[in-house]
Amino acid sequence: MKFQGTLGDTHQDGKAGGQGRTAPPTIQAALRTETGKGWLTISPPLLYAFLLLIGPILVIFANSFWTQDYLTIDRTFTLANYKAALSEPIYRDLLLRSLQVSVSVSIVTVVLAFPVAWFVSFRGGRYKGLWLFIITVPFWSGYLLRILSWKVILGYNGVINTGLLHLGIISEPLDTLLYNTTAVIITLAHSWAAFAILPLFVSLEKIDRTLLEAAADLGDGPVRRFMRITLPLAMPGIIAALMIVMIPTVGDYVTPKLVGGKDGVMIANAIQVQFGKAANWPLGAALAVSTMVIVAVVSGAMVLLLLGFRRLMK
Amino acid sequence: MTNETMIGITDVEKHYGSFRALGPVSAEIAAGEFFSLLGPSGCGKTTLLRLIGGFDDPTSGAIMISGMSMAGLPPNKRPTNMVFQSYAIFPHLNVAENVAYGLKRMRLGREEESRRVDAALAQVELTGLGPRMGDQLSGGQRQRVALARALVMRPKVLLLDEPLSALDKKLREQMQVELRHLQRQIGITFVLVTHDQYEALGMSDRIAVMFAGRIAQIASPREIYQNPASRQVADFLGGMNFMTCRDFRTQGAEYSALLPGLGTIAGKLDNGRGIDPDNATIGIRPERLRIVWDGETADPKIVGKVIDRHYYGEITNLLVSIEGQENPVSVVETNDFGADDIPVGSSITLTHDRDAFVVMEG
Repeated sequence: MKFQGTLGDTHQDGKAGGQGRTAPPTIQAALRTETGKGWLTISPPLLYAFLLLIGPILVIFANSFWTQDYLTIDRTFTLANYKAALSEPIYRDLLLRSLQVSVSVSIVTVVLAFPVAWFVSFRGGRYKGLWLFIITVPFWSGYLLRILSWKVILGYNGVINTGLLHLGIISEPLDTLLYNTTAVIITLAHSWAAFAILPLFVSLEKIDRTLLEAAADLGDGPVRRFMRITLPLAMPGIIAALMIVMIPTVGDYVTPKLVGGKDGVMIANAIQVQFGKAANWPLGAALAVSTMVIVAVVSGAMVLLLLGFRRLMK
Repeated sequence: MTNETMIGITDVEKHYGSFRALGPVSAEIAAGEFFSLLGPSGCGKTTLLRLIGGFDDPTSGAIMISGMSMAGLPPNKRPTNMVFQSYAIFPHLNVAENVAYGLKRMRLGREEESRRVDAALAQVELTGLGPRMGDQLSGGQRQRVALARALVMRPKVLLLDEPLSALDKKLREQMQVELRHLQRQIGITFVLVTHDQYEALGMSDRIAVMFAGRIAQIASPREIYQNPASRQVADFLGGMNFMTCRDFRTQGAEYSALLPGLGTIAGKLDNGRGIDPDNATIGIRPERLRIVWDGETADPKIVGKVIDRHYYGEITNLLVSIEGQENPVSVVETNDFGADDIPVGSSITLTHDRDAFVVMEG
C-alpha cells in the first residue's frame, strides 16, 4: 500500500516539474492505491446499501419525532411518541416478551444446532457437502408453509395430540400446545436452524484438528478438550449464530400471528398495526427505534457475556 | 545412557483399509536415547510416531512404554508428549497459558505452576515472552513454545514430528544443536521423525531408516553411513557410488570381487549380516575416493577422466568416468588442494583405502 502511494507521489512530482515531494495527491492518485481500488470495487453495493438501508432508517428516525394529525403529519419535534412507547404497559410488555422470545429462540436454536454442526464438521467425513445439502432441504418450502405445518403438528387435532390420545397417555387433546409463547419459540427455532448451523459449521471447520490432538497429548479427555479448545475457538461462530437468529426474530410478526395466539403477540405485531390499521407512523417509528436500540444493547451484552465466558474457559 | 528399554515395539502393523501403511516393524528404544525415524515421505515414520503417542491404534502388534502395555490407551493416559509438525500452538491462549495448559489439570497451585512455566520457558530461552499471544509468534518461537509445553509435563518420552522442517536453514542448524543439548541435559528419551539425513545423523544416538512401511536398518549414525545394510539405505543417506562388479564370491566372512577398471578387491563382510552373493552390490562413498596429485605415490591407482564438475564452496564434486564401469563415479574433494581447478575433460588418477568398499544388499 505504501509502495503504491509513493509511486503515485513520484508521478505527481514529475508533472509538477519536480517542485517537491509535498504536492497533495489528486483523486486519481488516491484511486490508484490499493485502498482506493478497494473502495472503487465495493462502491456499487455500498451505494445501494446506503440508499436502501440507511435511507429507510433515516425516514423512520425522523418520523419518530413527529406527530400524526389525522391524515397529515405534524413535523414539530416531540418526544411524546417515545414516552408512549416506553411507558405504556402494553408496549412495555410486548417489548419484554419479544426480547424474551428472541433470546430464548436464539439460545434454543444454537444449543440444538451446535451438535448438528459439530457432527457434520467432525464426523461428516467426505459426506460433509451432502449433510449440508440435506440440512437446507426443508428451506426449499415456503416460510409460511413451514409455520403452518407446525400448526398441524401442535394443533388441537394435530399430530402430537392424536398421537398421545392413540397411545392413551392423555384422555382429551391438550390445548396448551398451540397459541402461546412456547409454540412461537418452537416454530422460530425450527425456522432458523439452518442459519445457526451454517456459521457454527464454518467456525468448527476452521479449528485445526491438531490442536485437539495437542490437548489430548497434554492430558485432556474429550470433555475437557471440548470445553478448553473447541468451544472457545468456535465462539465467533456461536456469537454469529446467536445474533443471526436473535436480531431478526425480535422483528418477526408472521409467526406470532399464526401460532402465538393472544399470548404470543410480539412488539413487531404492534409496530405493524401502527403503520397499518392504526395509521400512526410516528408511534410505530418510535416503537421500532426503541426496539432497535434495546436489541442492540441486549446483543452487545450477550457478546460481552460470551467473551467473558471464553476468558473463563482458559 | 542406560541400557534399560523405554519403548518396545513388537510386530506393529497399521492398515488403512486394504492398504498397509506400516509394518510389521519391531524396535527397542533405550531410556535416555535420542532415536530418529528417518525416511522419505510416505515411508510410515510419522504413522509409527503417532502409534507411539496414542493418536492412532495399531492394527496388530504391541507397543510397551516403560514396561507397560499401551494397548487402547489414549494420548492423555500415556507418559509421552508430542511436538507437532505444525506446532499446534493454541491461538486463543498466550505463551504462558499454552505452556501451562497441561499443568492446569494437575492443580499444582498458582505459585508452583508459574514456577514450572517460567523454568520451561527459560529452558527454551523464551523468558519474558509469556504474555505474547499464541498467534503472534515467529516460526522459531512457536517451535520453542511447543517444546516447552511438552517438556513442562515431564514426560518419559518426547515425540518430535519433523519439528525443524518449517524453519529456515540457519535456524534449523542452531535448533539441532540446542535440541541435542537439551536432550542430554534432561536425559529423557527423544523420538524424532525426520526426512533430513543430516538432521538424523547429527542429532541421534541411533537411527531407524524406513522405506515403504518397513524398517530397513537400525544402527548408530556412523554405522548407518559407513555400513549401510542395503542399496536403498546407502542411496538415501548421502551419496554412494554403486560399482559394476563381476565375479563376486564369498567364503566365510571374506569376499572378493572383480571391479572392471579398478581390479580385484577383497575384504571382510560386515559382522553379523550375511549376504546373498546373487543379491549383493559393492559401493564406495564419494569422499573415500581420493585424487592422486602429481608426484604422489599411491596404491592402487585408478585412471579416469573428469566429465563434469560441481562446485559447492568448501568441496568440489567431480564426476569421473572409469573404463569398464557403467556409471561415472562421483569423487568429493575439499578445495584446499585445488580440486576446483581440475578442468573437465582432463585425465585423473584416483586411489582409495583397501577397506573403503561397502558390500550391501540390492
